[in-house]
Amino acid sequence: MSKRLYNLLLAFSFVLMIAALYLIFIYAPAEKEMGDIQRIFYFHVPLAWIAFLAFAVVFVGSILYLWKRESKWDMLAQSSAEIGVVFTTLVLVTGPIWARPVWGTWWEWEPRLTSSLVLWFTYLAYLLVRSYASEESMGARFAAVLGIVGFVNVPIVYLSVNLWRTQHPPHLVNNLDGSMLLTLQVSLAAFTALYVLLMYHSVSIRKLAGRVRYLKRLMEEREG
Amino acid sequence: MNKALAILGKDVLSELRSKEIVVSILFFALLVIVVFNFAFDPGEDTVKLVAPGVLWVAFTFAGVLGLNRTFAVEKEKGCLEGLMLCPVDRAIIYWGKMAVSFIFMLAVEAVITPIFLLLFDLPLFVPELALIAVLATVGFVSVGTLFSALAASTRSRDILLPILFFPIVIPVIISAVEATQVAFDGKAFSDMVSWLGIMGAFDAVFLVVSTLVFEFVIEE
Repeated sequence: MSKRLYNLLLAFSFVLMIAALYLIFIYAPAEKEMGDIQRIFYFHVPLAWIAFLAFAVVFVGSILYLWKRESKWDMLAQSSAEIGVVFTTLVLVTGPIWARPVWGTWWEWEPRLTSSLVLWFTYLAYLLVRSYASEESMGARFAAVLGIVGFVNVPIVYLSVNLWRTQHPPHLVNNLDGSMLLTLQVSLAAFTALYVLLMYHSVSIRKLAGRVRYLKRLMEEREG
Repeated sequence: MNKALAILGKDVLSELRSKEIVVSILFFALLVIVVFNFAFDPGEDTVKLVAPGVLWVAFTFAGVLGLNRTFAVEKEKGCLEGLMLCPVDRAIIYWGKMAVSFIFMLAVEAVITPIFLLLFDLPLFVPELALIAVLATVGFVSVGTLFSALAASTRSRDILLPILFFPIVIPVIISAVEATQVAFDGKAFSDMVSWLGIMGAFDAVFLVVSTLVFEFVIEE
C-alpha cells in the first residue's frame, strides 16, 4: 500500500469513526422500550459481523497458505485471526452489558451467544497452536489446518445450538427505523475501515519481523 | 482400503498384547462417572436430568485420553517416520488410525454404558443408544485423529489436544446429550432425528475435511 493510499484510508476511517459516534449518541433516537441501552447495538452488531468477516479471511488465507506455501497468506490469516478474536471478545463483553437490563441476566445460553463463545474458543486455540510448534513453518501449517476446520464447523455449531435454545432478538435489522438503520450502516462502515487499517498494520509488522529475523540470521552467519 | 486395514490390524494386535489404551480409558471413564455421582448426588428426580450429560462427559474425556495415545505411541518409538515411509497415501494412514480409535472408543462405550445404566438405575434396554454412540464416536474420532496427529508433533501435547478438540466437537456433544435424553425419556424416535441428523452432518463434513488436510499435519 502506498503512503498516499494509506493516509487516505486513515483519514477516511477517522471521519467515519467521528460520524458514527455522532450518529450513535446524538442523532439516533432512543429506542422506545429499551431506552439508551439499545445504542450498544450499533457497536455490538458491526463488531460481530466484522469478527465473522475476519474469520472468513482466516479460512481463505489458510487454504491459500497450504496450497501455495507463501508466508504472506499465513501472515494474512494470523493477523485476521488476532483482530477477529479481539472483536469477538468485544462482542462477548457488549452483549452481556446490553442483556443485563433488557433480559435481566448477564448471560443466556442462547444460540448466537453460544456460537460466539465457541468461535472465540476455536480462534483462541488457533492463536495458541502456533506457540506449541517447534518450528515456525510447522506452526503455520497447524494453524492453517485449524483455520479451515474451525470455519467449516461454524454452520454446524450454529445449527446445533439453534436447535438447542432460542432467545436472541431475531433480525432486528429488517424492521429498523430509517435513522437507526443509517446509524448502523455508518457504524458498520467505520468498523470495516478500522478492520482494514488494523490488518494493514498487523501484516506490515509481521513482514518487518520476518525481515529482522532474516537479517539477524545473516549477521550470525557472517560472524560465526 | 487393505492398507488402512493393515494399520488397523497392527494397532489392534499391539493393543491386545499391551492392553495399554483400552483398559486405562475404560477405568478412567468409570472413575469420571463415579466422581460425577458424588458431585451431583443424583436422587430419583435429578438422575434423568443429569444422566445423559454425565455419560457423554465421561466418554468425551476418556476419548481425549485415548486419542492422545494413538499418535503419541507412534511418536515415542520413532514409528511414525516408519509409517510415513510406507508407500501409501497419507489419507490411508488417517483412515487406519481413525478406525483404530473408533473401535477402541466403541469398545469402551459398550462396556461402560450397561454399567452406567445399572449404577444410575435407568432402563437397561435402550437400543437407540447404539446408534447415538456410533454417530457420536465417528464425530469424535474424525476430528480427534487429525488433532491427535497434530498435537503429537508438538511440545506439551497432552494439554494441546483438549484445547483444540473440545471447541470443535461441541455440536457432537450437544447432539449426543440431547438425543440420549430423548432416549431415556422413552419418547418417540422421531424426536431425536434432528439430533442424529446434526451428528451425521458433522461426521460427513469432518471425515472429508480431515482426510483432505491430514497430509499437512504429519509432514516433516
